[in-house]
Amino acid sequence: MSLRTDLGKVRGLGSAKEGVNHWWWQRVTAVALVPLVLWFVASVVGLAGSEIGAVRAWVAWPVSAVLLLLLIGVTFHHMQLGMQVVIEDYVHTNWLKIASIIFVKFAAVILALASAFAVLKIAFVG
Amino acid sequence: MDTGGRPLSPHLQVYKPQLTSVLSILHRISGIALAVGTVLLVWWLVAASTGVDAFNTVQRVIGSWIGRLCLLGWSFALFYHLCNGIRHLFWDMGQGFELETAYKFGWGVVVVSIALTLIAWIWGYSIMGTL
Repeated sequence: MSLRTDLGKVRGLGSAKEGVNHWWWQRVTAVALVPLVLWFVASVVGLAGSEIGAVRAWVAWPVSAVLLLLLIGVTFHHMQLGMQVVIEDYVHTNWLKIASIIFVKFAAVILALASAFAVLKIAFVG
Repeated sequence: MDTGGRPLSPHLQVYKPQLTSVLSILHRISGIALAVGTVLLVWWLVAASTGVDAFNTVQRVIGSWIGRLCLLGWSFALFYHLCNGIRHLFWDMGQGFELETAYKFGWGVVVVSIALTLIAWIWGYSIMGTL
């Protein structure tokens, strides 16, 4: 006999209250990163040895600006989801585990905003 | 970890490394390395938006032998994590769990990620005209 209520079963959120949310978004971001990463690597290799002018022109081009913003958002979301799992698996001291996870999440947001700001500045201000 | 004086059961070191287990831990290690590597991406973009001096500093650091060595490691980590990530997505769909398939895909990931790394570097050097 299960003690779980019918409502709990339907919601499927489990004891952590977020169900498969974390697992699912790790996969969705992974799928999105396949084409984004291939595009990014091909573009950066194409820019090998370039001066700042050529790099700025590439960043400011609307197609690459939008794809770069997408890459930044998806990459840092995927990164903090993955790092959270690694920390949860290997850090067993509770305060250190929580502090490390918060650090990774803060770092992901700051790095994502800094790089997105740089892309927008190049695109709009030059 | 405090075990209260109780003995621990044997851990990883008693097992012989296998392709599947080595690739699995390599997926995590490459993921952690890439998380660190994102700092370079941010630095590169911020420097490009700041000015010529800042940008030339990044280019000089990346262009040094140690910078190129790090970039070589990161590019392999990226291609490996990408290829093995696709292998994981097949597992998530319930495909490829047979031992033979797991090994075949595993070696495929190794070969393709090394090949992609080589192609990217040969292509990059040929663009710079230093090949």
